[in-house]
Amino acid sequence: MARLTPENEILAREIIGRYPRPKSALIPLLHLAQEQDGYVTDDAMAHIAELVGVTSAEVLGTCSFYEMFKLHPCGRYVINVCTNIACMLCGGDELLHHAEETLGITAGATTPDGLFTIEAVECIAACTEAPALQVNYRYRYKVDNDAFDSLVDDLRAGRLNDEIPPHGTLARVRQHIPDDKRAFIVSPEEAAAAGEPAWMHAHETPSVEGGA
Amino acid sequence: MITDVEPIITARFDQPDAHTIDGYERTGGYQALRQVLASWSPARVAEEIKDASLLGRGGAGFPAGVKWGFCPPGVWPRYLVVNGDESEPGTYKDRLLLERDPHQLIEGVLIASYAVGAAQAFIYIRGEMALAQERMAQALNDAYARGYIGKNILGSAFSIDVVMAWGAGAYIVGEETALIESLEGNRGMPRLKPPFFPAAKGLYMQPTIVNNVETLSNVPWIVRHGAAKFTALGAEASKGTRVFAVSGHVNKPGVYEVEFGVTTFRDIIMDPAYAGGIRDGNQLKCFIPGGASAPWFFEEHLDLPLEKGTVDRAGSMLGSGAIVVMDHTTDAVKACMAVVRFFAHESCGKCTPCREGTTWLERILRRILDGYGRPSDLDLLMDVADNISPGIAWPPKQTTICPLGPSAVSPLSSALGRFRGEFEAYIARAEAARAEQPVVLAGAHAHAHDHGHDHDHDHDHGGHH
Ligand SMILES: Cc1cc2nc3c(=O)[nH]c(=O)nc-3n(C[C@H](O)[C@H](O)[C@H](O)COP(=O)(O)O)c2cc1C
Ligand code: SF4
Repeated sequence: MARLTPENEILAREIIGRYPRPKSALIPLLHLAQEQDGYVTDDAMAHIAELVGVTSAEVLGTCSFYEMFKLHPCGRYVINVCTNIACMLCGGDELLHHAEETLGITAGATTPDGLFTIEAVECIAACTEAPALQVNYRYRYKVDNDAFDSLVDDLRAGRLNDEIPPHGTLARVRQHIPDDKRAFIVSPEEAAAAGEPAWMHAHETPSVEGGA
Repeated sequence: MITDVEPIITARFDQPDAHTIDGYERTGGYQALRQVLASWSPARVAEEIKDASLLGRGGAGFPAGVKWGFCPPGVWPRYLVVNGDESEPGTYKDRLLLERDPHQLIEGVLIASYAVGAAQAFIYIRGEMALAQERMAQALNDAYARGYIGKNILGSAFSIDVVMAWGAGAYIVGEETALIESLEGNRGMPRLKPPFFPAAKGLYMQPTIVNNVETLSNVPWIVRHGAAKFTALGAEASKGTRVFAVSGHVNKPGVYEVEFGVTTFRDIIMDPAYAGGIRDGNQLKCFIPGGASAPWFFEEHLDLPLEKGTVDRAGSMLGSGAIVVMDHTTDAVKACMAVVRFFAHESCGKCTPCREGTTWLERILRRILDGYGRPSDLDLLMDVADNISPGIAWPPKQTTICPLGPSAVSPLSSALGRFRGEFEAYIARAEAARAEQPVVLAGAHAHAHDHGHDHDHDHDHGGHH
């Protein structure tokens, strides 16, 4: 039950600083909380609310709309098996069934050792590679039963630790805008006061001016 | 017609280091931006894109240059938002463009922002695409370091910050006004248009241009080669090239960039250069021509060109460039269910016809598939569909805030219209079973209930089943 750590609070403030309005940072901040704890805790939502200047109910309101945010602990590895049309045509339902049998749980559940959660998901944009799945949002293409079994073995044995971080971590590279390169991130009100951007009349010839 | 055109936006897909800034610069990257900043006025850029008649690649196919002109004059600030939420079933191209050539998109974003006078640009990437986010974050960091983004870009008066945003799992956020809500930190529910056309009242109620990843990825090429070279490719209103993902029961599923407007469905599905025909020598049953929202096509549509106007007139759409092929072994009822269930699951819940209607369509289809269908169910399905999409016309009449609701009717009217016998066979089997074992009916009720999504609770916008 954790608030953001001091290091993550620094990251959170940097993310907030990239948007014209603080509330725009909510989804990235919820991801940060999920990266820290594996799911989104109540304390983290309260902390995010303070940082962004909204109520924790508003944070929960946003959080609960999006399926990637888990409000309860889930497996270290969340396996999302696509059952939408392109995968369904190429064996997605059978793959899901095999996953459920192999791990002894139904879609939506987590294994007792806390290692795996299975989800049946909609199209994950890998339609030409059907049937496809994701482990913590890393793709596996054209997965047959054997490939699924060895994936599970590899995950159990820690052989994929470099490629697949625990649930909650998405990109392992973060955007960083150095202070001396930053252009103009201000609120819409301040930007309105500044008016038309400086370059709008660059290289204008008289004929073009008439049209603008 | 199969034409031998050089790819425009997938040209670097086979170059292993294309996602790095060195790999991009080495192959002409950021030359278009240099050219624009050195000598083009913003108005000239906008003219060039308008002349290229670059149609939006996100689904609706609206000309990008025309859209850029819709910002009300004198209203500042303006914003530019890239729609990288790609989640329409069957669609698979924006993720590849983000993963394999992120700088091409960034360059397009910069040029578009220069043209419209954007104060800030946001690249919104679907939450589930971890690698795309990783590549984009790295690309943005590198582009800042080399002076392509930020203050006084390449020594010019042009300054802008480009920020990566990312979602968290919700198809509806691909709809542009829902995407804007999401970018404001809210639940991703669409806004009513009018008045909330993004170009007039978008992000923070300011003029906002929303364009798809593929749309903007075309911009650097058009600037470097000129609109005339772009319009030399294609036919009628559909110019340049387009990327199609061909999936399902074909020999070579794949993502193919082809000349727009002239290549036919038969070419792209059957030709060995592309998807290479139906698997195992099977017969074609039907295909979805433009993503899950599109009405299905059949054998008789194979010779239509991949041209927007032609496909619209034939009663469907090219949508997001997603062709899903089904062979004769496909169970039409199951296929229909897979697509209808998707819309029921992804309805944001804001409008009654969509929230309730899609849920009931799914429940009725579920009971038919589970062997508890009733003879009246087929009329009931069409009646519910008619309430979501009055008259079941194409393009649909809308009773809802966004087109998601009516989209759920496309697979149903297609499958039921063409393969009614398959639905009837399920129901006949159910009737026969009921005649033998009347008690089953009670089970049918409980079963249908178990599988339904409870949209009455204000919790998530639908649960996994
Ligand atoms: C339900 C729904 C989902 C959509 N999903 C996407 C999407 O994932 N990506 C996208 O670019 N456009 C999507 N669109 C279309 C957008 O609303 C918008 O038209 C598009 O991003 C504009 O860009 P374009 O003009 O460059 O195509 C969707 C529309 C609807 C109604
Ligand atoms: S049509 Fe459906 S998805 Fe669109 S706004 Fe209405 S309820 Fe939401």
